[in-house]
Amino acid sequence: MTDTWLRRLGSILLAGACAAGASSGASAEEVRIGFLAAMTGPFAAVGRDMVDGFQMYLDEHKTGFGGAQVKFILEDTQAKPDVAVTKARKLILQDHVNMIIGGILASTGYALAPVSTAEKTVYIASIPAADDLTQRQLAKYPYFIRTGWSSSQPSHPFGQWACEQGYKKIAVIAADYAFGYEVVGGFQKAFEECGGRIIQKLWPALGTKDFGPYIPAIKQDADAIFTLMVGPMSLQFPKQFAAAGNKKPVIGGGTSYDEFVLPAMGDEAIDGVTPLQYSAALETPKNEAFVKAYRAKYNRIPSYFSESNYTTAQMIDAIMQKTGGKWPGGEQFVKMMQGLKLDAVRGPVSFDEMRNPVQNIYIRKVERRKMFGYDKAELWNTVIKTYPNVGQFWKYDKAEFLKQPVYSRDYPPCKFCE
Amino acid sequence: MTSRRKVLLVVAAVALLAIVVPFTTSFMILLATRALAFSILVMSLDLLLGFTGLASLGQAAYFGVGAYMTAILATKFHFGLGFDFWLVVLFGLLIGAALAALFGLLAIRATGVYFLMITLALGQCVWGLAYRWNSLTGGDNGINMQGRPRFGIDLSNEVTFFYVVLALFGLSLFAMYVLVRSPFGRSLTGIRERELRMKMLGYNTWLHKYIAFIIAGAFGGLAGVLWAHTAGIVSPDNVVLTTSVDALLMAVLGGAGTLIGGVIGAFIVTGIREYLSTVVPWWQYVLGAVYVLTIFYLPGGLMGIPERLRRRGAPGAKASGGDEKLVAAPS
Repeated sequence: MTDTWLRRLGSILLAGACAAGASSGASAEEVRIGFLAAMTGPFAAVGRDMVDGFQMYLDEHKTGFGGAQVKFILEDTQAKPDVAVTKARKLILQDHVNMIIGGILASTGYALAPVSTAEKTVYIASIPAADDLTQRQLAKYPYFIRTGWSSSQPSHPFGQWACEQGYKKIAVIAADYAFGYEVVGGFQKAFEECGGRIIQKLWPALGTKDFGPYIPAIKQDADAIFTLMVGPMSLQFPKQFAAAGNKKPVIGGGTSYDEFVLPAMGDEAIDGVTPLQYSAALETPKNEAFVKAYRAKYNRIPSYFSESNYTTAQMIDAIMQKTGGKWPGGEQFVKMMQGLKLDAVRGPVSFDEMRNPVQNIYIRKVERRKMFGYDKAELWNTVIKTYPNVGQFWKYDKAEFLKQPVYSRDYPPCKFCE
Repeated sequence: MTSRRKVLLVVAAVALLAIVVPFTTSFMILLATRALAFSILVMSLDLLLGFTGLASLGQAAYFGVGAYMTAILATKFHFGLGFDFWLVVLFGLLIGAALAALFGLLAIRATGVYFLMITLALGQCVWGLAYRWNSLTGGDNGINMQGRPRFGIDLSNEVTFFYVVLALFGLSLFAMYVLVRSPFGRSLTGIRERELRMKMLGYNTWLHKYIAFIIAGAFGGLAGVLWAHTAGIVSPDNVVLTTSVDALLMAVLGGAGTLIGGVIGAFIVTGIREYLSTVVPWWQYVLGAVYVLTIFYLPGGLMGIPERLRRRGAPGAKASGGDEKLVAAPS
């Protein structure tokens, strides 16, 4: 009897000691960051890029953020929105994180934002680009801020660019989901306003690998083809399109040719033009250093997934330095972040009043060349034009823009399709 | 073990769950709630798989319509956020049953692999609708729920909600247990064992299978209602083939034809996938190993373990899913 009792007492004491130790650990300045990325499943490679980008910044700043120790906790979303929600709750309720960061697909972004509201915890969308998170639905999410981009943001100036190239008629082939609709929608709006015509929209399902049924259907009188591909689609489409004898210019959304797929592509990718807020081939000293360090460390070229999360870490660091390492509280943190102006790897970044980044949009062309002193000629997204300080509404009036519905399969309507 | 002792064991396990879980962390409560809600789906599948001998690959369809209905009613009509939550529970049962009644007409005539394929195709039709009918389902983005029902008690409290789900789980388990032990349930087992003989005995086996299919659909719909409120988001992911396969694997892992085996399967898989994955990065290997080892060494699933242990002394007895009526189990 006494023996078991003593043993039980011992375990209680031990537990108490642990608890005391834990709480004394927490009393030192600490910022707790919960990171959500897909580490398994079809988006695992993208998830890896995200984590590596963030981790690289942490490794470069081992002393912490403004004196505060950084506690980085990674959770696997398995690219499923409801697993992401469960893991976010775990991070908030069990690990008591100050903020959650990440998610990949728009659906995960839409799933995580309400959690941040309910649990009064900051959510930083470093990748999810769904327009409405910082547009029509923003009011619902006071603890939400975006450090990446909104889907249609690069598309608006890109529409203008397409007009300037003299394209009159463009056919679209794009992945059939919300991100695709928004990238295409933004492009269509801008392109048709400067006199262009979208004459066709084809929507292959997300994850399509055989474009055989779609390629012959693409209209022959188009001056150029606008594509929006993601993941394995990005790899397959240009190959099959080139094999089918295409000679027309191919332009598209940023993910069609991002750095994440380029190393696996061949000559069929060359001359593809896409807009994005980042290119690994951006010729600034900052980016050159970033690419070299990243490549040395992980043996890969960074993608926008890496850069965006690296920059997010840098932003958090900037705020923690201002507060001297003290966590300012969720609301204050979001407010301070919104006021931030930062010289990031991708260029100057600030935030608009709807908590979306205002940043340069680079028009990038795939070329085979040597960059940054590497001795092999590789595929790079060479920057051919820069639109400085582009916001999510571009040159449109914000109030008027918000009156139109979010870009969808049917909006803007395809007036010139037959 | 007599069946009374088995029932007592299950009741004790559920009671233990009810007592212990609220004292764990809120993440644990959430996981237990998720496992319980999903368990109802797995049990509904077990009605078909384990008791009727119909391996369905489309059970997520009923789960999906239940979940989408809940989310659409809540977000578009603000319905089901008060006492009318119980109406939604009822609607969930009904919509699952209605869809199964429709699909059953097409699927029941097929057997074996063909049944597998046709249920798969029908399930993917529902997925296609969820994915493409943007105006209603939100497409790929899914639907976000704005909070849980509140009627005197506040279901947004994790513990309260856990008890509600546990209660509905208990009721479902009880209902299905009564069902499979009823003469109707026995005839289903008869169909599983030898449909031709049942036909010759004068049973309308098509109708029996059809009714079982509808009942399974109803419980699938109920599981969907609870899942929508548990997860707070409904997306095509809930309807996609892998969700059906998950349910099937959980049922087989725990032991088909035992009802409770599916629950154990659901708890183990949820535990590995959602808890172990927060602890170690190699959780997928554990999950894989559990599946492979079970299939190699425990054809009757985890519920077959006690049976196996007992049969050590009596070699020669045939393995079964643990149905005590078919194997003369020593008590």
